[in-house]
Amino acid sequence: MSALAARLNDAAKERVLTVQEYFTLAWNALRFIFARPFYAGDVVQQMDAIGVQSLGIVLLTGFFTGMVLALQSSVQLQQFGALPYIGRLVAGSMIRELGPVLAGLMVAGRVGSGIAAQIGSMRVTEQIDALNTLGTDPIKKLVTPRVIAALVMLPVLTVINDFVGILGGNVIATLLLGLPSSGYWQTVWDQIASGGFTFRYIPNDFIQGLLKPFVFGGIISITGCYFGLATTGGTEGVGTATTRTVVTASILILVVDYFMTQVLLTVFSA
Amino acid sequence: MADEPRDRAMAPAGERDAPDQGAVRGGRQADGRSAPPSSERAGDRPGATASPDLDERTGTDRRLTRPTSVRRAIRDELASDSGEDLVRRAEEDDLGERTAVIELEHVSLAFDQPVLEDISFAARPGETIVVVGESGTGKSTILKLILRLLVPDRGRVLIDGQDITDLSFNEALRVRQKMGMVFQGAALFDSMTVYENIAYPLREHTDLTEEEIEARVREKLEFVDLEPDRVMSQLPSELSGGMKKRVGIARGMANNPEIMLYDEPTSGLDPLTTGTITRLIMKLQRELGVTSVVVSHDIRSAFRMASAIALLAERRIAFFGTPEEMTGTDSKYIRDFLGGF
Repeated sequence: MSALAARLNDAAKERVLTVQEYFTLAWNALRFIFARPFYAGDVVQQMDAIGVQSLGIVLLTGFFTGMVLALQSSVQLQQFGALPYIGRLVAGSMIRELGPVLAGLMVAGRVGSGIAAQIGSMRVTEQIDALNTLGTDPIKKLVTPRVIAALVMLPVLTVINDFVGILGGNVIATLLLGLPSSGYWQTVWDQIASGGFTFRYIPNDFIQGLLKPFVFGGIISITGCYFGLATTGGTEGVGTATTRTVVTASILILVVDYFMTQVLLTVFSA
Repeated sequence: MADEPRDRAMAPAGERDAPDQGAVRGGRQADGRSAPPSSERAGDRPGATASPDLDERTGTDRRLTRPTSVRRAIRDELASDSGEDLVRRAEEDDLGERTAVIELEHVSLAFDQPVLEDISFAARPGETIVVVGESGTGKSTILKLILRLLVPDRGRVLIDGQDITDLSFNEALRVRQKMGMVFQGAALFDSMTVYENIAYPLREHTDLTEEEIEARVREKLEFVDLEPDRVMSQLPSELSGGMKKRVGIARGMANNPEIMLYDEPTSGLDPLTTGTITRLIMKLQRELGVTSVVVSHDIRSAFRMASAIALLAERRIAFFGTPEEMTGTDSKYIRDFLGGF
């Protein structure tokens, strides 16, 4: 094999190895949810760090996203004389797409980088090795609590994001466009109902809108833990791990979002 | 020369434990045989008198070929020790037949490049093996192999006679409970206080009550000469380097392990603290009978605390023997390595 082909071969193998290690970590992190010992204290602590501490940015971004959505779409809708339906547009976009994805990206930036930095620092100061020598499985102690916390907290944050976004749309609709508030919320409910119901009471839009953040939570936490555990090279390595986490998690969220949308639309339109 | 010590190190434990005869103490012969009585050696050398010229304190024959400066340095070094250390050294050779606690057999390991090739040595109960060598030669890798944080590409690692190379993750975790490890930077968990750091292994692996845990934490802190009430609630970031090392030692010994491993315990410390830590390691060995493997670049403290020194060079063990043997060697490399010592 020529030298170039050999190098390409090695580079390809390294990529595949990274993917394999990523999925191995994901698999272990998830199955250890049910394995002893349970570090419940760490789970609660992480729920606070991931959920409660992200509340501020979620509220802000959700609100302004809703407002800008209403603002931009009002121009188009006015041309078609469909301004009263602005509630449907804002609600539909937020619940199914923008709420999950934007909350995911915000949290990927804030929480993903935080996880990578914390675990990466522990790696370069040999604290991960110390955990191993003291007989603790670092995945059970560090990774699984963060994954559980993210899986639980991200749907919660997304619901808040959705609600605050729709509220922002309401503000624009009533204050700027002069639409009645009750009419706005009625159209919001119409939009939710139009998606159909499962088990009679659960709107399909909610299922879509909560399944996505559940998956995104897993992506963010596992990506952060993966790059954190793989950190080498001191403080510079920690910085690199942080950057790679945010970039990788964000891209994965957007790509997985597309495929999930494809699947869910097929499932729920059948 | 390089082959002899390695062969001896690779010899089964039984051969090496042949009891010493005669008055020569503190010396294991390179070829595995016990040292002949000094009078025999006297007859080998021209101009030597029949009666041995033994150093009263160490019992070694002064007339063995050694550079005068090195010999004097050793004498000064030994003279600065307390009497207890010399008794320990003398008693060591009466260990007799005992299986090795830690044993590496023909271990080879490579990452992108070979790191270790055909490494073999053993630590008997109560011994302190100091691994020295140039930086980056893989000394810390040996500790990781003993801890089974790494697995050798070839060869075996045995702890208490058990091959740990093929253990599952959980079985390896159990074996690690026999060991205490002190990392180069102490590797204290920076989000926990000193108390919680030392209590961590106790909480993870024992059923001790909180009172018992507190008693044990205090006991270990006092052993390492720290005032419990003053440091227990402090975070690692508030401690000095020497204090961090001592807390690291306290955490390592929290579960009363039979094996202690140290990675560069005196690096980055001032000479006074270096002496303190060295004496602490020796105190652990003396009072608790732990088997220790110390990775160090500090020759002075190595000579103080070692039962045997392993010199790692070019990915192999270039020398394995007592400190006295090391200074008596003919190898130029070892002389250079010891430098002005």
